Amino acid sequence: MTFEELLPILGQATAETAQMVFWSTLLTALLGLPIGVLLVTTDRGGLAPLPKVKAVLGAVVNVGRSLPFIVLMVAILPFTRLLTGTTIGTVAAIVPLTLGAVPFYARLVETALRGVGREVVEAAQAMGARRVTVVTKVLLPETLPELVAGLTVTVVALISYSAMAGAIGGGGLGDLAIRYGYQRFDTGVMVVTVVLLILLVQLIQILGDAIARRLAHR
Amino acid sequence: MIHVSALRKVYGTGVVALDGVDLDVREGEIFGVLGQSGAGKSTLLRCVNLLERPTSGTVTVGGQDLTVLGDAELRAARQRIGMIHQHFALLASRTVAANVAFPLEVAKTPRAERRTRVAELLDLVGLSDKAGAYPAQLSGGQKQRVGIARALAARPKVLLSDEATSALDPGTTQSILALLRRLNTELGLTILLITHEMQVIKSVCDSAATMRDGKVLESGLVHDLIARPGALLTREIFPLPEPAPPGSVTLTFAAGQAGEPVLSGLVRKFDVDVDILGGSLEELRGVSVGRLRVGLHGGETAAALAYLRGRGVLVEGP
Repeated sequence: MTFEELLPILGQATAETAQMVFWSTLLTALLGLPIGVLLVTTDRGGLAPLPKVKAVLGAVVNVGRSLPFIVLMVAILPFTRLLTGTTIGTVAAIVPLTLGAVPFYARLVETALRGVGREVVEAAQAMGARRVTVVTKVLLPETLPELVAGLTVTVVALISYSAMAGAIGGGGLGDLAIRYGYQRFDTGVMVVTVVLLILLVQLIQILGDAIARRLAHR
Repeated sequence: MIHVSALRKVYGTGVVALDGVDLDVREGEIFGVLGQSGAGKSTLLRCVNLLERPTSGTVTVGGQDLTVLGDAELRAARQRIGMIHQHFALLASRTVAANVAFPLEVAKTPRAERRTRVAELLDLVGLSDKAGAYPAQLSGGQKQRVGIARALAARPKVLLSDEATSALDPGTTQSILALLRRLNTELGLTILLITHEMQVIKSVCDSAATMRDGKVLESGLVHDLIARPGALLTREIFPLPEPAPPGSVTLTFAAGQAGEPVLSGLVRKFDVDVDILGGSLEELRGVSVGRLRVGLHGGETAAALAYLRGRGVLVEGP
């Protein structure tokens, strides 16, 4: 394939990857953050100890974490159809991507929040702060650099997952590499997509690190 | 001001942290609770603002029984009780000024009022020039000053201090203690502090209690305690080798006689030989207090001891 032929295909694949990763990242942050907060606060000795809720939530998160992404993607096809009306295409791929990344990010959020010292939380409580205030004004702001760093790791994981979404017609760079580079033995396409993926991941990691560093005051 | 009565705290594991503690902290005084780690003093302090809920007993602060309050009332009551912490407990993500403003945000103080109050407080603790700094840029002593400013933001009448100087070097400890004493006099602030450092009790406390195994062994005004025979506090402040050698007498000069020539008078009047075995002198809240272990030989020993007692010296042994 000539470069002129490749360029539009490459552009479209990059756009598809960006679309899948952007939306699933947004949804992962929106869902993973509260779940991570709940994992910490419902813990025994947490802000709102609810050991049973914590046990159930922890188990669900572990189930999500234990399935290989490709298996998860296929296993939840009926759920995907329920939400998006289809099981193929870029939009449909956002569902398994989000579902795969939420438990991952929730655990990263949990770990970050546990890093906040007990004394700091108690200091806020001793001032008469509500529990929700402790979450919004202590736990989350104090861990913002770690939350950003965690999200960066999640985005990188999502780029990797999104390559597998090609298997259900999700498109994207990974799909391109498999269809042209592998199945049609077009080494040129393989090399270009691989380089592009590496650059993408590097860019995101550098950006994420810079933001996290900017937010840290220690 | 703070009244703790029959307080018990038993943890789920069966550990008895507090075993029937009574404590009375008067308005405007600095009250120190001394004890080794594990004595229960930290649990006691955390029960005073109900960070720890006691198993039984009552905690009254400013006439209000905290143990019967609902969530919202308890939060309001906590705003009237300041607290400072061993490791300062500052928010790393906030500037010094924003840390001090935090309790005011919790109390929903309007922004403009918050700003003037924060400036006032930073001035009070001598950190006006650090308003924009982050905690990571401060020394330990500066961090604790921010902690103190923050604790006082909502104008509490009571300050709880949880080992506030234990993470500081001796010089910084003294400057923080001096600040606490100044706030106590200038603002009429009642301070309840817990510590394992004798130095803290010696330099700032009006009253003290000694805790061991979840119980208060003795409590009262420091000067009263020292004048009491067998007081643990006296032994802590003036360590002498225990047990005392047979025949020796331990004298405590608690009421200012430390500056008077009591011993030379003794030798002249009663023809006794005084053999000094050990002793020390301390300044307690501006009054010199001394403890001396002596051996008395010959002459009228009994009359000599009676004379000492007559001069207000606490005589223990033989």
